[in-house]
Amino acid sequence: MYSHGSESLIKQAREIQESELQKFYSRLVKLLQIKELGHETLDSLQKLHLILSTNKYARTLPPDLQKRLLLLLSSPSEQLQVLSYAVLRETLPSSGEELNTIQENVSQLNTHAAALLISQAGSRADLSDLCAQLIRGLEVRPSEGPSRSLMFTLPVLRSVLSLSPDCLTEEHVTAVSKKLVDWLRYASIVQGGGASSGGFFTGPRSRQPLPTAELDGSVSGDFFTVLCMGQGFTEDQWMNVYSFSMLRHWLLSCHSVSSGNCTMDADDRSEVDGSVVSMVSATSSSSRLLPPKERLREKAFQYSQRLIEQCDRKAQKKADTELQKACMVEAVCILDCVCTEDPSMVFRAFPSVKALFGRLSSDLSFARVLLPIAQFYLHHGEMAAVDCESVWKLVFGRFPAELFNDPFLAHELLRFLRQELDSLKLRAPEFIRFLPNLLKFLAWDSAAVVDDFVDLLPSLVTEGTAVEMLHTLLDLPCLSATLVLQLRSMSSPISEPSSRGLLSLDAFRNPSFRGLFLFLLRVETGSGHTIDRLSTLHDLLAEAADWPRVVRCAQTVPVLLHIYFNTVVTVADEKLLAHLVLVMLERSSLLLAIPKYSAEIHRVFSCHLLRLCKLRPSLVVDQSHELLEFAGTTANVYSRKEVYTHVVWVLGEYLSVSSDSRCSVTLITSCFETLEAVLFEITSSAPPPDTVCPAPKVITTLMSALAKLASRSHDLIPRVSLFFSKLRTAARSGPVAWCSDEDDLVAIVTRGEELWSLLKLPGVAQSVLTPPPHVITPRWHRDTNLAVPLQLRLLTRLTQPK
Amino acid sequence: MVRCFLIHTVCPVTALSSGESRVLYSRLFGPDEAVLSEQHRGLSPEERRLLQKEKISVVARQVRSAVSLCREASGRQPVDALPGDEALVLQDADCGVVRLRAGDPFSQEVSVLWLAVQSLGFTLVCEPHENLLLAEGTLRNLTRHCLESLHMLGQGSEVLLKSSRIDVLLSRLLPHGQLLFLNHRFAQSLEKEVAAYTSK
Repeated sequence: MYSHGSESLIKQAREIQESELQKFYSRLVKLLQIKELGHETLDSLQKLHLILSTNKYARTLPPDLQKRLLLLLSSPSEQLQVLSYAVLRETLPSSGEELNTIQENVSQLNTHAAALLISQAGSRADLSDLCAQLIRGLEVRPSEGPSRSLMFTLPVLRSVLSLSPDCLTEEHVTAVSKKLVDWLRYASIVQGGGASSGGFFTGPRSRQPLPTAELDGSVSGDFFTVLCMGQGFTEDQWMNVYSFSMLRHWLLSCHSVSSGNCTMDADDRSEVDGSVVSMVSATSSSSRLLPPKERLREKAFQYSQRLIEQCDRKAQKKADTELQKACMVEAVCILDCVCTEDPSMVFRAFPSVKALFGRLSSDLSFARVLLPIAQFYLHHGEMAAVDCESVWKLVFGRFPAELFNDPFLAHELLRFLRQELDSLKLRAPEFIRFLPNLLKFLAWDSAAVVDDFVDLLPSLVTEGTAVEMLHTLLDLPCLSATLVLQLRSMSSPISEPSSRGLLSLDAFRNPSFRGLFLFLLRVETGSGHTIDRLSTLHDLLAEAADWPRVVRCAQTVPVLLHIYFNTVVTVADEKLLAHLVLVMLERSSLLLAIPKYSAEIHRVFSCHLLRLCKLRPSLVVDQSHELLEFAGTTANVYSRKEVYTHVVWVLGEYLSVSSDSRCSVTLITSCFETLEAVLFEITSSAPPPDTVCPAPKVITTLMSALAKLASRSHDLIPRVSLFFSKLRTAARSGPVAWCSDEDDLVAIVTRGEELWSLLKLPGVAQSVLTPPPHVITPRWHRDTNLAVPLQLRLLTRLTQPK
Repeated sequence: MVRCFLIHTVCPVTALSSGESRVLYSRLFGPDEAVLSEQHRGLSPEERRLLQKEKISVVARQVRSAVSLCREASGRQPVDALPGDEALVLQDADCGVVRLRAGDPFSQEVSVLWLAVQSLGFTLVCEPHENLLLAEGTLRNLTRHCLESLHMLGQGSEVLLKSSRIDVLLSRLLPHGQLLFLNHRFAQSLEKEVAAYTSK
């Protein structure tokens, strides 16, 4: 597809010499002077476009060439229009006057020239002018000749409105709204262009135009919509399509347009003049008295209702079935929009939306249509006093469980969640219990949706969900693997043995392990935080550790854990935080064995363990039993060294009376003894087989912790001192089995000596190693010692003459 | 509204570093947002054009990365196809959607729909409240037309040399970035116009 030829073509275009380019320009000017349109002219223009567009930096064309190209924009030949537009959009904009000359006769403007005017508009004022002229073109009476700009006026207005709503004034909005009402509701219902299409319509008997048809072939019984067909179409039927295509956006943005006096236009005869009289629905006679915006709203409402009815018909072509889905989405969104602006319409709209829900809710292929319906229920269900529980069960309960692998549904559902989060928390707070289900999107395609979850996660972490959420996040790669197995299991027959040796697939299908997988695939919270046989599950899924989906998922977990912890400290009380610390300790060895996964998770745990303990120092005393158990297990030095280091550090730092008054001397002593035992063990012999030497950081942290504890209970000082002297002796006598690097050994011994000399002065040691809180928190001007110099300096500066 | 339509590479290109994408066709719709934003008010037209090109490159790179992750995860590698297999190739094509945050690179949040056909990606950048079902259908339609009229399954470089055909296609099916609700009759009528242009 993308060949070497294309690459070299681009290279040639980029490297063209300036002299060659100038020659090319002059040849092109000559070609353009010839009246006839030759292949060479067109090819040269196309080449020029290629040269200009492959260059990052803009070029200025010679003025005469630029002038000619601007003239070509209004050429009758579309090929010249397109090519000149293509070239001109890659160059720097022409000066204002040149563009103005094109803009003068706006009704004869073609779509390509209009595109150039918009893309090179230099200011809001320019855009405003263009819009004003186009809107004036809309109001041209049919007797004055067709306006060529008609077809693209609405798309242009829409594009300007998107980026700059204040380019339109209230008058403009009124004028366009009136025309939209005409085209949407009163377009002709007979097929257009009958004579030119030949075939059926040429016979003398069938000169009478046929009515338009519905998508299933039957004759249309009501006003024209985008779901009506004909052999050919009239101009107002085309405008019906264009109007509906931009209707929702128009409704959303036109009420943000500067509202001056909303004058009721009594001269509202536009819908009678020149349009075919069609079946008028009952309410339209009264709606004639409404101001234009409100009339448009009413017509939009009727159009949407009609579309919803039309979508019940079975279309003859597949492409039309897809269009029907898109129309249903748009119709419901328009109803939502209309009902938001005018709540009295809710009672008229709800029956059809409800009926639509009933019709579609059992068919998962309409899932994307059901999302806007859910949004409608969210916004207006309360007003209509309708029970929405079945809607949430479907949207949050079934969709993620069965359609997690549909990227578009995932995107739309998560966007719905993000945008309506506040509404959902207010009106459907139970959505949080579907948390495990929502995480399936993340487990399946982490890269695509992690951004959404970064936004959503803070709202999903509550006191009730915190613990379960932590376990679920840590096991997200397992969920990822399970979803892959679920899909494989559905696609390959049960009787076939897993030919590629997929042990995990066998395990998935094995009834005795069913419970494990079902827990991961659960839909709602509340059935326990995690399972007992987690290590079994990890063993079964061991071969999934190199599946790309699982690996990607594992890469996103640390980021989400950071967000999780940052949020949880704001919602959790002390008891919950204590529980979380225990979960961290427990899970640090219970993780799926993906390379680097454990190391990353340990890093996150260590970071947040520190933060939690700094925030609530009394946690350490509270959980001292479990922390000591962890710290006393020598194996942890080797297998979980990062977490171990930090646990030892927090024990040293926060196990003191100043952190928590319940800290007793006995506690300090038992902690000391536990850590001392471990330190002795790792520094007295070689490490066990198959492990490397303990990291120097672990040893120095242990030593510091012991020193800190000793400074709080002076009887322990002799024991520490004894250890440090033994250490020095051992190091002096030669290399040691527990430290392979000489520099590291020197660093360790130096630290030992520092601590030793510090501990020789117990009072000093205490204030250095266990400083009272007011020393380590800066108090600036509140500190009397610091304050005087600051005050003096300030007074001096104020009183000294400049 | 669709902010832009791109055709770009999603396979490794020898002249570029990995992760970079060569943009073969790009079309931005609507006014230049740099003109209307406070931040970029002081830029010269040349700088604005450069900014637009940079934004397009950012989108192309994001889609390239999304495509390679998607293909890696599904384990399917695209199979070479011959001209004539357009419908089949389209059915098998990977597709997805990426969310780009406000400011990175467009001033508001956008949804980027992509369709990866072998070594090329076809991308539509849509505003947040756009009807994505309609956008997906339109993207597929546009891609099919591009593949057919520019013979993209062959070895030619028509996508570079006949880009005006894409311009005309867009002017009918996606005028000024407006997605249209076209039933098959309306679509046929527009396609006839495009075919008439192409055959000249």
